Amino acid sequence: MLGRTLREVSEALKQGLVTPTELCQRCLSLIKKTKILNAYITVSEEVALKQAEESEKRYKKGHSLGDLDGIPVAVKDNFSTAGIETTCASNMLKGYVPPYNATVVQKLLDQGALLMGKTNLDEFAMGSGSTDGIFGPVKNPWSYSKQYREKRKQKSHGENEDSHWLITGGSSGGSAAAVSAFTCFAALGSDTGGSTRNPAAHCGVVGLKPSYGLVSRHGLIPLVNSMDVPGILTRCVDDAAIVLGILAGHDPKDSTTIQDPVKPFTLPSLTDMSKLCIGIPKEYLTPELSSEVQSLWSKAANLFESEGAKVIEVSLPHTSYSIVCYHVLCTSEVASNMARFDGLEYGHRCDTDVSTEAMYAATRREGFNDVVRGRILSGNFFLLKENYENYFVKAQKVRRLIARDFVNVFNSGVDVLLTPTTLSEAVPHTEFIREDNRTRSAQDDLFTQAVNMAGLPAVSVPMALSSQGLPIGLQFIGRAFCDQQLLTVAKWFEKQVQFPVIQLQELMDDCSSIFENEKLASASLK
Amino acid sequence: MATPILRWCCPGRRWVFAGIGSVSRHGRGVPTGSTSSGKRGQSSVAQQPLITAQKPRKGEREWAAVVGLEIHAQIASNSKLFSGSQVDFAAPPNSLVSFFDASLPGTLPVLNRRCVEAAVMTGLALDCHINRRSLFDRKHYFYADLPAGYQITQQRLPIAVNGSLVYSVCVGKRQSQMVTKTAGVKQIQLEQDSGKSLHDSLRSQTLVDLNRAGVGLLEVVLEPDMSCGEEAAAAIRELQLILQALGTSQANMAEGQLRVDANISVHNPGEPLGVRTEVKNLNSARFLAKAIDYEIQRQINELENGGKILNETRSFDYKLGCTVPMRDKEGKQDYRFMPEPNLPPLLLYDSGSLPTGTDPQQVINIDQLREQLPELPRVTREKLVQQYGMLPEHSFALLNEVGLLEFFQNVIKETRAEPKKVTSWVLNTFLGFLKQQNLAVSESPVTPSALAELLDLLDRKAISSSAAKQVFQELWRSKGKTPAQIVAEKKLELMQDAEVLEQLCRSTLEAHPQVVTDVKKGNPRAINKLIGLVRRATLGRADPTVIKEVLERQLSS
Repeated sequence: MLGRTLREVSEALKQGLVTPTELCQRCLSLIKKTKILNAYITVSEEVALKQAEESEKRYKKGHSLGDLDGIPVAVKDNFSTAGIETTCASNMLKGYVPPYNATVVQKLLDQGALLMGKTNLDEFAMGSGSTDGIFGPVKNPWSYSKQYREKRKQKSHGENEDSHWLITGGSSGGSAAAVSAFTCFAALGSDTGGSTRNPAAHCGVVGLKPSYGLVSRHGLIPLVNSMDVPGILTRCVDDAAIVLGILAGHDPKDSTTIQDPVKPFTLPSLTDMSKLCIGIPKEYLTPELSSEVQSLWSKAANLFESEGAKVIEVSLPHTSYSIVCYHVLCTSEVASNMARFDGLEYGHRCDTDVSTEAMYAATRREGFNDVVRGRILSGNFFLLKENYENYFVKAQKVRRLIARDFVNVFNSGVDVLLTPTTLSEAVPHTEFIREDNRTRSAQDDLFTQAVNMAGLPAVSVPMALSSQGLPIGLQFIGRAFCDQQLLTVAKWFEKQVQFPVIQLQELMDDCSSIFENEKLASASLK
Repeated sequence: MATPILRWCCPGRRWVFAGIGSVSRHGRGVPTGSTSSGKRGQSSVAQQPLITAQKPRKGEREWAAVVGLEIHAQIASNSKLFSGSQVDFAAPPNSLVSFFDASLPGTLPVLNRRCVEAAVMTGLALDCHINRRSLFDRKHYFYADLPAGYQITQQRLPIAVNGSLVYSVCVGKRQSQMVTKTAGVKQIQLEQDSGKSLHDSLRSQTLVDLNRAGVGLLEVVLEPDMSCGEEAAAAIRELQLILQALGTSQANMAEGQLRVDANISVHNPGEPLGVRTEVKNLNSARFLAKAIDYEIQRQINELENGGKILNETRSFDYKLGCTVPMRDKEGKQDYRFMPEPNLPPLLLYDSGSLPTGTDPQQVINIDQLREQLPELPRVTREKLVQQYGMLPEHSFALLNEVGLLEFFQNVIKETRAEPKKVTSWVLNTFLGFLKQQNLAVSESPVTPSALAELLDLLDRKAISSSAAKQVFQELWRSKGKTPAQIVAEKKLELMQDAEVLEQLCRSTLEAHPQVVTDVKKGNPRAINKLIGLVRRATLGRADPTVIKEVLERQLSS
């Protein structure tokens, strides 16, 4: 049952094949069994069981709230959840229990979804590995998959298997791992430069970044307000469309959401491929791109062409400026957004009470990790009066050029762009941490981040396994607010490629034995 | 409110201590000698001359002072600029704080329509160009009562620019002539107020009240078109009246709804402007004038003694009556301005540009607001002068007290007395009584109807004007009695019986032959003595002119 898609399990709930409480308990037990993944920061077991109970009552009365009623979901720990600790994986917010729900969280709960817990991330979503939070790195479920283990056994003998676990990508790695390991049916991530799509690609799930302004950011603890979008992680494109249908729409609490009413996101099947024009941006063919990803990308392009779609090479000439431009804009907004964490109203406060200034300094020194502090420092530098014109204003101009590149391409008749999501498949943690956070983020956001600059919708869809047995995803980029068209193309592609299901039996067995041992240990203490 | 030290924390100001409580509660000794309550604290400024900059002694260089003002006016609105929290000056600490006001992570600003309308109306009233598109920015600085670490303001593209404020100052020997002046309005911007910090030095604690955090402010920047404290105070007074007429701000300085910073420099005429200082947090019109004049003189003295003026921020010590440099440990602040990413550009429309099919709740039509503008004080005063033949300074005086104009108009409506008479009674007798007892118009024991009736009695010569004063005094004391009742009770009505008056005059003449002789000898003052004697005999109930007539007739017969 847990391996099914949201749509399938929703149907099973409606038919009474499974009850919300059963579903909830199975997910909870799986969360425990897969604890080694470190996908969750907080497991809201009591809340979820209570919600399941309520949902069950509704089903019994025949008053189900809809497709999400009784469906276990997870939420990245940078969304505000009323009564549930929200940490952003930072010492600064450790122990912070918000008094309100983010709009997207509220919308899920209003639909009867069961909140299983809050998922792990890089501190304040700053990172591309889900390795830089105070609760430790998230481990990619594929590290423990039969597919990957078998390939590894062929290559290296006798090495310690566990030391070679893979990163999930990030920063929404916890959410991607949670969906990938079947502990929930959908999860919320956030996407500022690729933070939903990148881990989705590495964990073999669908990762959707909706158009900027389509989904409310109220309650999402910001990284870069002008680029942040709540992301959706699911096991298939249809599921992402269902969740988007629930989350999308104007929110009076977020002035940047569109006023126009939103149409439902049911996805028709693509029938007439000849009307479809797929663009392949030539600038995305970079030397750093792994040959495996590159060949899958060509294969995908060929697939569309062979099925009758028009596939053309297009140019996004300002792509190469994207990273440096993003760095300026991101750190500037970070410097500003992080100013509120001063230890006064909420969050961490140091013991120093010599003066207010000393208290601020020590609080922020203790509360933020090096990555966050580094970005605050850079951002404040760029915003200085003497630097503002040379950095911030220039970066904004470049941002406009990047956005215009996309507009030009879409105006030329292209419906959807097809690109890689990541340079390669997930790498082992040991390899990932050889580079610092900044270098990694710059490399890993290469294909995803320009989309955030332009506010466009994009989705990463898993295509195939690499020679190592690890998932590789490709990215589709759509016109602004043409999320439905984008998902329709993605769904067609998903159906063609038939991405394999992750085989996690081994992990469950391993972990369950670990779990049993833990239980024994704790029992003996009593 | 007696002891707490409050800091008006607008960006960049720090550690300015101002005992607000003492200002608002205890009379502040306005130069007239009359005390004033908080409610009417700013009222006598335009009438009263304030100390002007001393002229340099002869033979020395001539100095000209240049004064510009920055005014923060709290917008009169039920809720804050970007949140739904209520606005209430008197609420218990931290009782009006939304999640946004406390800047909980993830909260976003939502612009309050009412505040935008208030800014547009103020802009229109000050003849500003209203920007069809304006932007919001973040201004960063760390302070305990600024929870977000930044203030949302309009630094780059404010909502209104290029206007003017027309005001008048009194000139002439008796300060009775009014001269009209104009100060340019550089811009009007919308911004958030900060919270309040309460420093408890005894326990070395700072207590923070966020009730005020996020309240909408209009920052009005006046060009340096003024040249002394009196002009600045008069300009502020006029702005205050305009804001109050518009209803866009209550603009009560004692309650901090209107706060003024002054930029001051001096130079020799014909030479470039001097280095300016900024005097912050002036919370009464009187202190504003005093502080500016002090600062002008200080700069002149400094320069004449070969010193230099530093570009610094100073505060006014209202006890010592001088300006002092503010503690500024870190030197110049860099506010690291940045566009506010959570608010789209603020778009305004006029009837021509209004997009079709839009929800009127979602857009603001400037033309519509223009039509709704109430009459401005300047126009009201012009009308008073035209309609009632009033002196301009009297029209100013009528508008200067809250409710006085309305009182005047109600009296006019109900009486047959001449407007000039009414004006004189309202401005001299009525206002005099109010000031003496430190009352607001609304607290007056005498109603407009009562005064109207009294003036009617006077008009038809039922009572003498001295009797009228007595009646008024009685009206003030015994609430509820009508003037007619008082006149009857005290027997104050003029003698209508000519026979009785003739009799009294005759007996007076008979009783004072020496005075009669004096009159006949041509002593002009002697007749007045007789009139006085007759009046006394009538207990003040006879009209002196009538008495004079009768006496003259009897003497010549």
